[in-house]
Parts: sequence; C-alpha cells; structure tokens
Amino acid sequence: MKRNGAQILLESLAAEGANLIFGYPGGVVLPLYHRFREYPQIKHVLVRHEQGAAHAADGYARASGRTGVCLATSGPGATNLVTGICTAYMDSIPMVIITGNVARDLIGRDGFQEADITGITLPITKHNYLVMRASEIAPAVKEAFHIASTGRKGPVLVDIPKDVFIEEADFEGYPDQVHLRGYDPVTIPSDLEVERAAAILNEAQRPIILSGHGTLQSGATDELVALAERAQIPVITTLLGISGFPEDHALSYGFMGMHGHYFCNMAADHADVVVGVGMRFDDRAMGRFKDFNPQAQIIHLDIDPAEIGKNFHTHAPVLGDVRQSLRALLPHIASTTRPDWIRWIDDVKAQHPTDYDAEGAEVTGPWLCRAIAQQTQRKATIVTGVGQHQMWAAQYYNYTRPRQYISSGGLGTMGFEVPAALGAQFAQDEPVWSICGDGGFQMTCQELQTVAEHKLPIRYVIFNNGYLGMVRQWQELFYEDNYHSVALGQPDFVKLAEAYGVTALRATTRTEAAAALREADAHDGPIVLDIRCVEQENVWPMVPAGAALSETVESAEAL
Amino acid sequence: MIATNSQHAHPPQRVVVAHVEDRPGVLARVASLFRRRGFNIESLTVGHSDEPGLSRMTIVVDGQSAQVQQVERQLFKLVDVVSAIDISERPLVARELALIKVSCTPQGRRDIIALADVFRATVVDVADASVIVQVLGDEDKVDALLRLLRPYGLLELVRTGRVAMVRGSGTSKPVPVSEIARRAEEERAQFGRRPDGALPFASD
Ligand SMILES: Cc1ncc(C[n+]2csc(CCOP(=O)(O)OP(=O)(O)O)c2C)c(N)n1
Ligand SMILES: [Mg+2]
Repeated sequence: MKRNGAQILLESLAAEGANLIFGYPGGVVLPLYHRFREYPQIKHVLVRHEQGAAHAADGYARASGRTGVCLATSGPGATNLVTGICTAYMDSIPMVIITGNVARDLIGRDGFQEADITGITLPITKHNYLVMRASEIAPAVKEAFHIASTGRKGPVLVDIPKDVFIEEADFEGYPDQVHLRGYDPVTIPSDLEVERAAAILNEAQRPIILSGHGTLQSGATDELVALAERAQIPVITTLLGISGFPEDHALSYGFMGMHGHYFCNMAADHADVVVGVGMRFDDRAMGRFKDFNPQAQIIHLDIDPAEIGKNFHTHAPVLGDVRQSLRALLPHIASTTRPDWIRWIDDVKAQHPTDYDAEGAEVTGPWLCRAIAQQTQRKATIVTGVGQHQMWAAQYYNYTRPRQYISSGGLGTMGFEVPAALGAQFAQDEPVWSICGDGGFQMTCQELQTVAEHKLPIRYVIFNNGYLGMVRQWQELFYEDNYHSVALGQPDFVKLAEAYGVTALRATTRTEAAAALREADAHDGPIVLDIRCVEQENVWPMVPAGAALSETVESAEAL
Repeated sequence: MIATNSQHAHPPQRVVVAHVEDRPGVLARVASLFRRRGFNIESLTVGHSDEPGLSRMTIVVDGQSAQVQQVERQLFKLVDVVSAIDISERPLVARELALIKVSCTPQGRRDIIALADVFRATVVDVADASVIVQVLGDEDKVDALLRLLRPYGLLELVRTGRVAMVRGSGTSKPVPVSEIARRAEEERAQFGRRPDGALPFASD
C-alpha cells in the first residue's frame, strides 16, 4: 500500500493511540497538516507558542502517565520547543516530539528556517532521529514511543525533512516490534541485589524511605505503602515525589530538601539506613552532598544504572523498575515496629513549626495554598510554576492521590504553569488548578487563548506578590537586601484574561480570596484569579545554597 | 602493560572500550556526552569491529576510576551504544601508531635509521631533506623515540591515539547491566561515601 510520509506518520501515531497532539504549523510541515483531516481520530490542539506545545504535552504526560506528543515546524518552531524538551528531559517525562525540517537537499546548506534540531537537542533528549526516507518513518516512530515510555522515561525527538513527508513508500502496517541492541532496560531486579538490600533494611534501627518521581512513573504507590507499613518505615518524598505516597498516611512525613519540612530534613539526616526509591539524590533534595548524613547506609532502588553511584556510592543498589523492585523486596522484609524512631521524628516535628502562616487579613502564600486545598477538598490536580508559590504548594496542600502535584522540578521552568495545566486538563475531566506566579504567568499567558477556545475548566490562581518572589528572597537573605530587577510591573491580569474571553476575578483580602476560590470552584469553563498577596514574604524553612540538610534554618534571624 | 601504571606526570588515565551502532551521528552523541558531563577525552579511535554494523571505540579519558564508572554508565545509556566497559584494571595490550616526519641531510639519515632500528620503527618515506619514521608501540615508546628525533627537526607528527585489547581469552565485549550495579559495593568499599573528586556537574 503506497502512502506518503505524512500519511505514514499519522498512521503510526494513530496506531500508537497517540490521539492528541499539541502543535503549531509552518512551511515544512504543511504536507503533514494537509493530511490531518484524513485522520479524525487524531486531535490537533493549536497552541499559541511552541514552548506551550511542549509543556502541554509534558503536562498531559504527567497527569495521565501516557506519552505526550507535540509538533512544530523547522527552525524557529523547533527551537521554541527547546525549553519544553529540556524540562521534560530533566524530569524524565515520556514525550515524543515531531519536528519538520527543510528538504533533504537543503540540509547542511543553511536553508531558510533550517535548524540542526537533532544536534541542538542531543544532550536534552533520551534519543533523537533524523528520518531521511519515508519508509523509515514508521520504525522511527515505533522506536521513539518505545524508548520514551520504557526504562527511565524521557523525551524522544523525530525530525522529518519536508520532502520526506511528501515521498511515497510502501506501508504494510505499523511495526509491532523494535530491534534495538543497545537498549534493553533492566526492569526485574536481581535476587542478589534484592537480598542484600533486604538484609540491610532488616537490620536497620532508624530507616527512612526517600521516595522520588520514579514511584509515580512506575505506579508503585501501593507497593511502597505495603513496604512502609510492614517495616514501619517513615516515608518522605522529594519535590517530584510528592503525591507518590499519600500525605494523609500515618507514615507520611512530608517532603525534603531546600524548602522541605524541618523535621523531614532532620529525619533524613538522622536515619541509619536511607532507602532511595526512584530518585536521583539531587542536590536540591540532599543539600551539601559531603555532609548528608555521613553514617547512613544507602539502599538505592532505581531503573537507571547511571544513577547508581552518581552522587553517592551505594551500599545496596537494586537496579530495576521501582515497582518490580519493591514487589521483589517485600517478601524479604520482616514485619516490625519502631516506636522510638517514629517518636523521635514526631518530637522534632512538635518542637518546630510546620506552619509559617502569619495572622492577618492579608493573603499569604501558606494561607492561600491551604485555602485552595480546603476548597478542593485536597482532591484537585495542582500544576505549579516555579518560585515561592511552587514551594508553598508543595508544603501546604496535602496530596493524597498519585500525579496530583505537577511541577517542573529538575529544570525549574517558569511559565510551565499555564501550558502544563492546559495539557493536564486534556487528561482529565475534573478541573485542574494551576498555582501561578505573577512572573511565570506572564511568560506563557498567550495560551489563555488555547484554553478559552477549548473551554478548558482550568482555575488559574495567580499568587500576585508583585515580585519575582523567590529571587527577591535570595536578594534579601544573601545579597544584602539589594533588590535589583525583581519588582514586577504587570498588566491588569483581570483585563488581560477578559481580553482572551476568560472570566477573571481579583481579590485583595483573605475574605475576598476565599470568596473568589468558591466562585472559581463553581465556575463552568476557565477562570483566572488575580490574588494580591503579601509582597515580601519568605518561604521557610530553607537549606541555604551549599548548606547541609542538618543546617536547615527556619527564619532569617537564624542565617 | 596496565595502562594506569604509566610513569608520566599526566593525570591518571583510563581506557574505555565501547561498541556502538555504525550510524550517522554516533560520534557526535558520544562526544556530546563527554562534553556535557565534563570528561576530558585524551584520545578516541573508531573503526569497524568484528561484528557487522558495530564500530569499536577505544576512548582514553583522564580521570579517577570512580568518575570513569560514570562515563561507562552514561555511555551505556546512549541508545546507539551497545556496550561500554572500562578495561583499565585488566592486563592490556595497548598500542598506538605514529608517523614522524623529520628533516635530515643525506649524512644525518643514517643516524635516524639507526635510531629507528633500536625502536623497531621503520622508515617509510625518504626524500632529499626529510624522512618519515613509522613507529608502533605503547605511548611511552612513541614518546621516547619522539624525544630522540626532535633535535633533528620535527616537521610533522601524527599519532593515532591508543587502541587496546584485553590480554588472554577475556574480551571487552558487553557485560550485563546488572554486573555494573553489582560492582557498586566494591566501589563504595574502595572510594568511600562519595565519588572522589568533584563531579563537574554537581552543584553543591
Ligand atoms: C524561565 C526561568 N527564568 C528565570 C528563572 C529564575 N527564577 C526562579 S524563581 C523566579 C521568580 C519567579 O517569580 P514568580 O513567577 O512571580 O513566582 P514567586 O516566586 O513570586 O512565587 C525566577 C526569576 C526560572 N526559574 N525560570
Ligand atoms: Mg511573584
């Protein structure tokens, strides 16, 4: 059966069940857009900026667990994707990115809108392809989806020259197998590793589990709960691990790291055995590596062999899919109780504040996050930007369902909050709540048009402190109050939203804010809330840059 | 010889052998990874391997072995890399080839030929005012001959960089990934809690 490259690509996407694409057209992908009508099962969502397409595909993937797909034209279209690709790469998000390129005989000649996007994305994709024949499209797409969604997940880019979309080739159906001799992730752990880890864990007096994004990625929440309960191990999460272990569970002890809870950082620092589950011992989570709990033995469950021993040498690595590893580990683990250790953590918790909300009528970050939690009964999917509001959203919501907290952790990409919420909303019917910075919102707010067009019931709550708050906090604490370029002039967010046809409300007090949240909750369709917050509030506690977890401070005076 | 036992002052070097898919762009992927992770390539040679469609790379890197384990594992993660293994701790045959062009007068030629003989090097080109000496051996040998030839007037030099193979019937063929993780315990015993030396990408 003869098909042209564009048709083969669409056949392949349809066969993958990739029925949602976030994209933006341009010259070299016109042969592809020409064929979309023939494939009504594939929905193309037109964004307003390619960065939005990448973040939307990412948000969709994070909310659904499926592979997100985005599409852009060559040159500027492709380069506009780069921030979104890197964001997905840093957080191991399964994503397939399709780009067009100039016709084959123009490649390498600096043709109009030629960009070497496979070269550019070499270090920020799990793998990428430049497909030089129509007959190679289907195998490349098959491999791309396979690589993106297995092992340690990640973005895979497929670059297709314009004339390859037009070229005809025999298409005998979508391949059902891949042949990749250099790619065969280990998913089932070895008995030896499991037994060694179990032996250490069974001897532990003060064990702690540090659960990361891998727990969510492999769907291991139930297994993790089972392990924690059997051996009575307190569980703390990394930022991206949030919602991988229900925060209303008795053994849940919040999240660790630079703005993690005080007791949580102390518990990590006093444990005698640290069990990393699907996490990579990142510096923002661990503090100064050299001084992270020097006496603890480390057990590390991860699917990526390169993470074993990268930042810490491990006493017992367990290489494999985290869910499989936990399953294998469980029968070896003795059931036990450890009231002393748990009491120790509870005591630290009791002696240190866990609530940094100031009294008053003004809206603070902690108050607003808790108010949103209350309004949504802690059930909403929360998407955040990057900055202070992101940290408060991590600290004050109390997540109980996997994939409930969606945030750019590794790259820390401001502007993620608007398009990622859009993508997440395509994965679910229940309204998505997006906790936005006034800075981040201005980076990608053009996607309000896309949101309005699709009548997506997203609730955008702008934490409007008039500052690049997190940067201001650092200038205050570490650069002698020397504020430079952090006070933000802003548009009238209400009018801005209304210009896009989106309902918007403004609130300046707690009473008004609570009313606005109620109204947003009941609203049909998208809504933007401009909530005026305390301008110069700081996020506490904090591990100062370069400090150890044991040096967590709870106020500016302690610095 | 064991490559790490070099008497020279240069930093410790490790030899990593990688088998990679023979595809366009593979070299760029490998090079990009080294650059991105901040590892210094001392030399890199590529050629066909005994398996069709697979190229063999011999990569000599500066670094402590703990860091090179990262190189090995990061390399292995590349989809086009079928195997990557640090063979430095094993008995190796390591060789490089150099072509050395020196200027010489007809009278001086005899001295150069005599020198070459001592090193079992061969003179592969003779012109009126120059000769090309070809030498094969480990780096120390090439360095030594080079030092002796330099006073004659070095016109041009090309060195292939090291190729290496494990002695005996062992090979540098793929090891199972689980093997890599299993070595973690030894590493910890050997290096302590943290990989020695600041990893270039760690941000503390
Ligand atoms: C794209 C991008 N540029 C710059 C930064 C650096 N940065 C980190 S937090 C922050 C301030 C964010 O301000 P805002 O969105 O208003 O959130 P707030 O901290 O005030 O809650 C900045 C500029 C970043 N993370 N991402
Ligand atoms: Mg702000």
